[in-house]
Amino acid sequence: MATAHKHPNYMAIFWYLAILTVVELAVIFMPLGKVTIGVLLCALALGKATLVAMYFMHLRFETRTLGLVAVTPLVIATLLVFVLLPDGFAVVHQTVEKKAAATEPAKH
Amino acid sequence: MSQAAVHSAVEPAETPLTPDSWGKLGMWIFLAGDAVGFGTLLAAYGMMRATSGDWPNPYAVLGINLTAAMTFLLICSSVTMVKALEWLGNGDRAKAKVYLFLTALGGAIFVSLQAYEWSHLIHRGLHINGNPWGAALFGTSFFIVTGFHGLHVTGGVIYLVAMIRYVSNRPQPAASYNAVEITGLYWHFVDLVWIMVFTFMYLL
Repeated sequence: MATAHKHPNYMAIFWYLAILTVVELAVIFMPLGKVTIGVLLCALALGKATLVAMYFMHLRFETRTLGLVAVTPLVIATLLVFVLLPDGFAVVHQTVEKKAAATEPAKH
Repeated sequence: MSQAAVHSAVEPAETPLTPDSWGKLGMWIFLAGDAVGFGTLLAAYGMMRATSGDWPNPYAVLGINLTAAMTFLLICSSVTMVKALEWLGNGDRAKAKVYLFLTALGGAIFVSLQAYEWSHLIHRGLHINGNPWGAALFGTSFFIVTGFHGLHVTGGVIYLVAMIRYVSNRPQPAASYNAVEITGLYWHFVDLVWIMVFTFMYLL
């Protein structure tokens, strides 16, 4: 029956999410490197997303099949970044070449 | 008989699919597809930003005070959603409906604040095809990603209002438990996506 799976402590999850949001806001004001801030923000966002999926969406108490369905888009999105990388580098190269071409005639 | 025994020996942790869990599986598959949609948008955003030389600093242009409040509001509406389900499980239909209404209200306020934010930014010159601060794609990606999410919230509010009616029409509170749990999956997903959008498009 539906009431069979026990309810987690929702208010505790709420406070975790609220605190993590405040930490996120604090991180961007910290005197850290750009990369460090980026990594910290990504980690915090993933942590919050995991809390929501695991407890609010009850994934922790579900079967493995649902877990697999939930993880699939994460894998696809990660792969997508690597698929896009070559195109990204190509755009950067083009921009650099264009800038070089634009500055060259001025020398002559 | 023997086949069933073999099956349970292979996968002892799995429970068989019931009509209830079919609905849940259906929603999860829909959400997985939707997540790929958002993942694509965010990956493309990251690509455009990484390869652009004059991408504006989103934190400075967009401002985060209002959106931080909106993030908090969406988290609160997720809590009222789980509370609605909890009351329904306890057999209190009236309380469950109040919490469903509060959840829908949170979503409606969120969309209203987003409309306010958009009109403010448009007034300051942020357009879908250009802006005074730098790369034109900044405005394009901003409006497409936040707009796509805003549409999801709007759809969620309609879904929630429909569910209040659905709960009222069932003879027993327990009869609508599964449907409300599935609604919750959608709503929490919208919250989860906003956590990502807020981090990648406003804070980073």
